[in-house]
Amino acid sequence: MTARKFLSGLAACTLFAAGAFADVPVRYTDSGPEPLLAHVFEQIEQNQWEAALNETEALVKAYPKFRLGHLIKGDLLLARTRPLQRFGQGGPRVAEEQVADLREEAIARLRAYKNKPTESQVPRYLVQLRSDQKHAVVVDTQKARLYLYQNDNGTPRFVADYYISHGKLGVEKLTEGDKKTPIGVYHVTSSLPRQKLPDLYGNGAYPLNYPNEWDKKMGRKGHGIWLHGTPSDTFSRPPKASDGCVVLANTDLDALAKNLQIGSTPVIISNSIEWLSLDDWQTERQSLLTMIDEWRRDWESLDLERYASHYARDFKSDGKDLDAWLAQKKKVNAGKQWIKVATNNISMFRNPGKDDYVVVTFEQDYLSSNLSNRMQKRQYWIKDGGRWKIVSEDAA
Amino acid sequence: MPRLGAPVRLVLLVSGCTIFGAAPAAWANNIEDVSHSIKSGQYAKALDQVDRYLADKPKDAQGRFLKGIILTGMNKQGEAIAVFRKLTEDYPELPEPYNNLAVIYAQQKQYDKAKEALEMAIRTHPAYATAHENLGDIYSRLASQAYGKALQIDSTNESAQTKLAMISDLVGTGKVGVGGTAPTPIVAASKTPTVQPAAPAPTPPTPIVVATVKPAEPAKPVDASIEIAAAIDGWLSAWSKKDVKGYLAVYAKDFDPPKDQSRKEWENERTQRVGKPGKIEVSRDKLAIKAEGDDKVVVRFRQHYKSASLSTSSGKTLVLVKRDGKWLIQQERVGG
Repeated sequence: MTARKFLSGLAACTLFAAGAFADVPVRYTDSGPEPLLAHVFEQIEQNQWEAALNETEALVKAYPKFRLGHLIKGDLLLARTRPLQRFGQGGPRVAEEQVADLREEAIARLRAYKNKPTESQVPRYLVQLRSDQKHAVVVDTQKARLYLYQNDNGTPRFVADYYISHGKLGVEKLTEGDKKTPIGVYHVTSSLPRQKLPDLYGNGAYPLNYPNEWDKKMGRKGHGIWLHGTPSDTFSRPPKASDGCVVLANTDLDALAKNLQIGSTPVIISNSIEWLSLDDWQTERQSLLTMIDEWRRDWESLDLERYASHYARDFKSDGKDLDAWLAQKKKVNAGKQWIKVATNNISMFRNPGKDDYVVVTFEQDYLSSNLSNRMQKRQYWIKDGGRWKIVSEDAA
Repeated sequence: MPRLGAPVRLVLLVSGCTIFGAAPAAWANNIEDVSHSIKSGQYAKALDQVDRYLADKPKDAQGRFLKGIILTGMNKQGEAIAVFRKLTEDYPELPEPYNNLAVIYAQQKQYDKAKEALEMAIRTHPAYATAHENLGDIYSRLASQAYGKALQIDSTNESAQTKLAMISDLVGTGKVGVGGTAPTPIVAASKTPTVQPAAPAPTPPTPIVVATVKPAEPAKPVDASIEIAAAIDGWLSAWSKKDVKGYLAVYAKDFDPPKDQSRKEWENERTQRVGKPGKIEVSRDKLAIKAEGDDKVVVRFRQHYKSASLSTSSGKTLVLVKRDGKWLIQQERVGG
């Protein structure tokens, strides 16, 4: 029967696009429409039409503004009256683009649902959370997914994941108005309540600090990259829909917002998350912590050569280049009998994507024979000649 | 049972009589009076008659069923629903009250309720063609509602058309049994959207859905079957209405008249036959369409012809060609 062939074809192309998922243990921690959606597609695959329609009815009842649910319902109903060849066939031709968008959404939701991270997987970027950073957010634009992690004594523990939309024209934002989402390590800078926003932004908005120091260094332009909700008549938007913002369903935004600390919760946006096993994550974390500690000890040693070995050739700090920086350090060190440096409350995040760097912040406690101070510091470490070196160092 | 679309729904009345068995002669006359009043559109009178009938036999299913039809005709849908619903409770084994309940729900655009009622009708009588046919309709409408929500399309046109077709169906139901009455334009108008195969298996799409879901869309190759079905239904409808001009307009300029007739001779013969007084119904079953090129198809189907004196079903083969965007008949043969 053609109708059957069509719908299982849809299920097949959707589910198979999701790759092998049978072996991945699935954890039902989410509250979104994915579990029902996935079940509907399973039933379609097994030719259980009646059950699939019933579940779809339940789905749109639970999520009345979920357009994808309504489209599947339309298909399942129409398949009873005529053979269907493709997803959303009953929609008018003028709406072809919307149908294609909803198909993308279906694929994205199912793929993320079937490929949930396991307990023993950690996004590589969350190297070290500060004790006051209760949560961290990691976005995977390819999967159209946002993952929320909890800081469990330094180890990131998965809490929840949500479907998201990103820029219409993809990622790697470069210029104002390019409708792209930036890739990088950011944090939420403020909270804009619903009352102060147009309906487009839904239940609220959380601006990010794009462009960050690195972006500025790279000459990236634009502003106004936010996490925000959906308009009141819309449950979710297609995977690529925004002008660069990361968009969540209002209920998801509300749930996420409870865990966002203004000014401190990291929001890391990646094109495709690199996952590490807990063991590998631990090893990488240790080696990066050691790297910081070696820098600290070499500074304490008052041996300028050892200290200089931690700085990259194109280092810059507040307008100073490497030579100027080292000359200054030499001058200061000359007057010291001893230095004690402590780095407390370290946070380390590895940048996703092409620019491989680690952004490190810490509380620097500096004691010396003639001067002491305490400051918040931020360093960017890059791979230079196969070794991690500091390319920028400033007061944070 | 031939699947006639609108005409089939007259089964409501007729089979109602047979199911409920022969009533005493006096009552039978009474019921016939009610039917007559319904058929001539005198609903107030019919209501009065049926109320008197029911005063003596308050539980009588046939009387209550007719009352439901009268109330529907009077546009008292709420009361009609109450009557039919009570009938489904008292006689859950009868599919007709479920079916009519569904028709009224559909008029009110309560398609979910309509669907439930029809599914009940089918549960009691799995082979009940009218319910299957109506259910197909309801699925289509529910589907376009769902697409509307999914794709943010306005589907207001559809509801208006739906309503008209449904109301006239019930009026048509009352009328057909009489034989002599001239068909009203409403009844005729209802034929095009409702003449459709009732098979639940893959069927050609209903013209209603096409007309409403895809307004003003250029034809796609996939949808040629829809246009063809619409052309044939238009032709059958014109024939049933005795609209000679509309009937002849479906024939191509180079139509090949049978029996070596000239076009003129053939037209005269058809004008005389098609225009002959007396009520007729021409309808069809499922179409088998075979493409003979981009703009030419051979279509085979069972054609049902019914008049006061004659009722036949025969195979029919049409060759249709597309001219200026319209499908026209180039050849017409009896037989498959």
